[in-house]
Amino acid sequence: MKALSLLLALFVGFLLIGVLDDLPAWGDAKSPANSYVSAYYLKNSMEQTHVPNVVTAVLADYRGFDTMFETGVVFVAVIGIMAILRRDPKEEDSETGDRPPHAPPEGFILGVATRFIVPFMQMFALYVIAHGHHSPGGGFQGGVILGASLILMAMTGELESALDRMREKWFIVLVAGGFLLYAGVGLGCMFFGGNFLDYSALAPLLGGDPKAAAIMARYHGMLWVEIGVAFTVMSSMFAIFAYLSSDGRMDRGL
Amino acid sequence: MIWPQDLIWTYDFTLLVLVVATAALSLALKDLMGAAIVFGTYSFFMCLLWTVMGAVDVAFTEAAVGAGVSTVFFIATAYNIKKEAKD
Repeated sequence: MKALSLLLALFVGFLLIGVLDDLPAWGDAKSPANSYVSAYYLKNSMEQTHVPNVVTAVLADYRGFDTMFETGVVFVAVIGIMAILRRDPKEEDSETGDRPPHAPPEGFILGVATRFIVPFMQMFALYVIAHGHHSPGGGFQGGVILGASLILMAMTGELESALDRMREKWFIVLVAGGFLLYAGVGLGCMFFGGNFLDYSALAPLLGGDPKAAAIMARYHGMLWVEIGVAFTVMSSMFAIFAYLSSDGRMDRGL
Repeated sequence: MIWPQDLIWTYDFTLLVLVVATAALSLALKDLMGAAIVFGTYSFFMCLLWTVMGAVDVAFTEAAVGAGVSTVFFIATAYNIKKEAKD
């Protein structure tokens, strides 16, 4: 069996290396991927959305529908993890004896360093979310950093100290709330007479010159959906860590 | 950014070797905790590779999710199950 799987892996590996030649060269301006839509985005995204970072413009605006359901995938993943790992703490179970020993981290320096670094992490995360239009980053990365700051608190102290900041009942509320904020922005566009997730329909909210407002509405619409993504990702990251580290019981960490 | 032609080749080659080496090592290690940590370094080298190719947004995601949070998830899981892989 082992020899067979090795043979199969080698075969597929050689197959993959064999077709490498047919791929377009790296950075080839004439490759199919670069010829049609990419060229359109690069040419028009700045004047259509006023967002310098083309990646954000593509992710949150031109392909906003994709990103919305990527957020939905995170939501479904958290539901799956809760369904598998979550346990009622009041319920008696016989497996308790199998758990590895609890070793709470000790030390004054660890605690002080964490308390020192966490505000900076969260500030940087907010910057990444809000500045994703202009620099690398956006809701997903910022949300992960926010979640990581909570995870850091849970790892260097007790799980309880991080749960004080975000209770278990808030996990699913925030995960669903971020997705609903994203979908709500899309529905708001429909309310103002546009297509789903066509942010330019939100222009009446901004007022002023309608043509400029339509462009800026796309800019601000992207910010709102990024905030939605950040909520979902932040709480899902912390929820996954909390369930994994406490074996679904929420009583103690690693 | 314009790199001298030979410099970027050396960079790419070193990074590719490190990516393959860490990927193979993380599969070969019997100790799950060690494998998780080596997998984190693999993600970090992937992140550097994305940066060299100019995909900064992807590199950022790889650094935050791959090298950061998912390593923590693996460690949390490895701590709660048996320490050694059977195979």
